[in-house]
Order: sequence, then C-alpha cells, then structure tokens
Amino acid sequence: MTAQVFGALPAEEFPGEPPWLRAVRRLVRRRAAMIGLAVGLFFILLAMAAPLLAPYDPLATNWAAVRKAPSVIHLFGTDEIGRDVLARVIWGSRASLLAGLVSVMLALALGVPIGLVSGYVGGILDGTIMRLIDAMLAIPFLILAIALAAFLGPSLTNAMIAIGISQIPIFARLTRGQVLSVKHEDYVEAARAVGNPQYRIVLRHILPNIVPPLLVQATLATAAAIIAEASLSFLGLGQQPPNPSWGSMLNTAKNFMTQAPWMAIWPGLAIFSLVLSLNLFGDGLRDALDPRRE
Amino acid sequence: MTTFLLRRIALIVPTLFFVSLLIFGLQQLLPGDPATALAGEDRDPAVIAFLRQKYHLDQPLPVRYALWVEAVAQGDLGESIRIKRPVFDLIAEKLPVTGELALMALLVALAIGLPAGIIAAVKHGTPVDYGASMAALWGLSIPNFWLGILLILLFSVELGLLPASGFVSPAESLQQNLLTLIMPAFVLGNAIAAVMMRHTRSAMLQVLSADFVRTARAKGLPEIRVILRHALRNALIPVVTLGALEFGQLLSGAVLTEQVFAIPGFGKLIVDAVFNRDYAVVQGVVLFTAFTYILLNLFADIAYVVLNPRLRT
Repeated sequence: MTAQVFGALPAEEFPGEPPWLRAVRRLVRRRAAMIGLAVGLFFILLAMAAPLLAPYDPLATNWAAVRKAPSVIHLFGTDEIGRDVLARVIWGSRASLLAGLVSVMLALALGVPIGLVSGYVGGILDGTIMRLIDAMLAIPFLILAIALAAFLGPSLTNAMIAIGISQIPIFARLTRGQVLSVKHEDYVEAARAVGNPQYRIVLRHILPNIVPPLLVQATLATAAAIIAEASLSFLGLGQQPPNPSWGSMLNTAKNFMTQAPWMAIWPGLAIFSLVLSLNLFGDGLRDALDPRRE
Repeated sequence: MTTFLLRRIALIVPTLFFVSLLIFGLQQLLPGDPATALAGEDRDPAVIAFLRQKYHLDQPLPVRYALWVEAVAQGDLGESIRIKRPVFDLIAEKLPVTGELALMALLVALAIGLPAGIIAAVKHGTPVDYGASMAALWGLSIPNFWLGILLILLFSVELGLLPASGFVSPAESLQQNLLTLIMPAFVLGNAIAAVMMRHTRSAMLQVLSADFVRTARAKGLPEIRVILRHALRNALIPVVTLGALEFGQLLSGAVLTEQVFAIPGFGKLIVDAVFNRDYAVVQGVVLFTAFTYILLNLFADIAYVVLNPRLRT
C-alpha cells in the first residue's frame, strides 16, 4: 500500500518475461521498498561487521564514565555502568536480526508443511489441524511467546523458539489457503493425471506456485519477530545481561530516564528503523508480486 | 442464520479442547521434575511431595489432564504459589484495571483510525492519503514500550504535565485516574489506530466505487452525506468486527504498556508471575485470555452477520 503511495511508475510489460523478473522490475521501481531494503541491508552489514565497527567492547564497563551524555568520545553516550551505548547498539543488532531470521525460519519450516498437508489432504485431518491452529491463534502472539519463554526459561534461544512457535499458525493458515486455491488448477490436475505421486505434486507443482505470498508474509513476520524479541528482552525474557540487546537496553534505560535519556533513544530508534524498513520492503514486495496491484 | 450460529458455536468445542491441551502441555515444558519447579525456591522435600500430590503429578498424564479440565470447568484455575490465593481471584482483581486501559485505548484507536481512514480514502492518491498511510506504517513499526518511554520523557520529565507512572482507581479520584491513563491509552491505542486506519481506508475505497454510492451522488446528495450516511455505514461492517479481533493485540500491548507505566493490571500479573515462577498464574492468565478471545471472535462473527443484511438469510 505505502509503496504504491510512494508513486510506482506505470508498468512496462515484456511478453515472455519470466514472472520473477517482472516482479523484481516492479519492486525496483518502488522507492519506499528500495529505501526499506537499503536500511535492512545496512543493519545486516552492521551486525556482520560489529567487531570492526563498534568503537568499544560492548561489555567493557568504565566507572569513570557512568551515564555520560553523547560526546565526541562516546557518540551515543554511556550507560549506567559506563558501557558505550553505540557499541551496544551495534552489537545488539545481532540479537535482533538473529531472532527475526531464526524464529521466522522455524515458523516457516513447521508452518508450511502443516499447511501443505492440511490443504492438500483435506477432510478430517484438515479439520483437526485447523482447530489446533485456531487454538494457537486464540492465544495472543506475545502472551503465547511470554508463556513459552516462561516455561522454557529466559534466554535468547528460548525467545527465538517461543516466537517461532507462536508464528506457526500464521504460516500454516496462509499456506493452507493458498493450497486450496491452486489445488484444482489445470496444471495440478494434469500432474495428477500423468500419475505423479502425491508428495511430488505438492512439492514440485504446488509449493513453487505459492511461494510469493509466503515470501511477503516472511518479510512482515520478520519485522513482527524483531519487535517480539525486543519485547521479550524488554520484559527480561530474551537476551540476558550483560549481552547487548535493544530490548534489554530499553528495559534498563527506563530506570534512568531523568538522568540519562539518551540510553532510551538509540536502541528504540534502532528497533523502529529496522522494523519500519522491513515493513516498507514487505509492503513493496506484496505490491510487486501481485499483478492486480499494478 | 440459525444454522450458521449453531455451526459457529459447534466449532468452539474442538478449539477449546486444543486450547486446553496446549495450556496443559505448557507445564510439560518445565525442565526436570515439575513439582520441584513448581516449588520454586522452596526445596523442602515435604513441600515438593505436597505439590506432587496436590497437582496429581504422581498420576498418569491423561488422568492429570482430565482432573485439570474438571477443575478449570468449575472455575478453579489453581492457586498462586507466591501469594497463596486462587488464580481466578487474582485475574478478577486485575481485570478492571486492564479493562479500563483497553477501553480507553480502543477509544483512542477509533478516534484516530476511523477519521484518518475515511479522509485517506476520500482523498485517495493525494498527499493527504500518502501522509495518512505513512503515519499508519509508522504506528505499526514503533515498539509501544519505546513510544511509552518517549512520551514519559516528553510529558513527564521535560514538561511535567502528566504523571510518569502508577495508577489511581477511578473510585479514588476520577481526574487522577484519567491523568494516569492518558499516555498508556495513547501508547496502546496507537498500533490499533494504524490497523484500523488501513482497514477503514481499504473498505471505504471499495464502497466509494460501488453503484449505490454513485446513485447517491447522482441524486444530488451533498458529498458529506454520501460519505457518512451511505459509504461509511457499509464500510464500517468489517471495521466493527475488527474491534473484537484486535483484542489479542490489546492484551499483548497491555503487558508491555503496564510494564512501562507500572500499572498493576493483567499484564503486570503475568510478567510478575513469570519472574516468580508462579506457573499456575501464567497458565490461568493464558487460559482466560484464550477463552475471552474465542468468545469475542464468536461475537465478532455474529455481529458481522447481524450487521450485514446480505448474510442474514
């Protein structure tokens, strides 16, 4: 929607052009999506090059520089035990990106097969799986993640597992819906008529045709997972101190709002920029992959 | 309509069954002996033995599940290990606080989301539409706990206009109650306003190009009347049902908002329970949330049919 808003140019169609190439061309024309992609890549680069880019050790305390305001020596200031906020923001990008990617991969790895089987097989199995999915959806995403993290124990790994499990229903529902809409298409019927085994029909003929909506959902789910990880860390259920995470940095910062407001500004701005960039890219990707939105 | 209602209600039974299985299953995730974990810091063998007997941990799993469901059906959600009070009472005590916060947040969301959605649709393709859509995306991307911190920094620390945290019951002082809830309600309502704006905008865009709207315009009705009386009434149908579905978002958001503003509500109850390893409270809160969500979903579906005359056959 927003990508449209940012003025995509009218499409030029090239007959015989592969659909993916057309989608890429459409995507590249969407400025908002490209800004989103650029910011997203910036954060990936930041996370990968953290040891080179961070000006200080993110765990090194300095009692002579406790809660120092931003200056030339510490660009983002220091925290309550003298650690450099910029270094912690840079290193914190690792926890956020890791949580976003790993949990969505987990949700995809479990949700997509569940949706494929449910949609393709149908009948009682579909009904049963869907009621289970309804049950998972009945528990709000973050509440389920909090409950899982509580029982599994607080750590970044468990937070990722909890977020991943909480996102399974979204992918299972989406995949099932997509399978239902294509399973009676001519090309699927043809694959069945020539005697292809069921698994082959599902994996070779149905799955590749339902990838685009899954790709869009995965992008938006990554944004949601990053916020969820930050939320769990903010509550103390994600990355454990002293390791840096944007959410846990904000949790500490809220106790020093009058003395050191900068401690709250930068990690929050980082979460907001990364999530906004993924949402912009996801919206643009959805528009680019859907010919009706042209 | 009766068939629809019966079918819809019948679907709740298996969903509730699976919800109960999921929540009962949470306990099985505890590493090691659940009785030891439930005892928390208290490692007294007598306490552990008592808990094992009390929660039927010496029984086979299906028996334990049946006993648990039986107790839940009678309103017994267990007892808080830390405060030694029934979980149901704790939830009932905290619910009005979160309920008030959620209601105010919903009002904020409606007050911002609906007009913004209508204006964006009416001014489709103009800078106003771009601005509103961009604002909605910002609203969806900003972590509400950070927004809360920023508002505290501005309105409490810098300007000194609003209390930074705490909660005053309306019975004590209505004015103080509203002052303490303005910022949390805005923080909580912000993301829902964004979702509502997007839905209202797309529903209005669909309706504005419908034949009956064109007819209303052709009759020479003033534009404001066409938009509010003809278009909005139809566009509101999906938006109204959205309110119920946003309940989950409200509760999830409330957990974080209550944490930022130190509001002693439902969200704070579950977070405190997590840190005190008060698993019965965690389970009770999750069960209560899921049950409420299922009921609200049912009401939303019924409202959708009732509000939409075309489905009322």
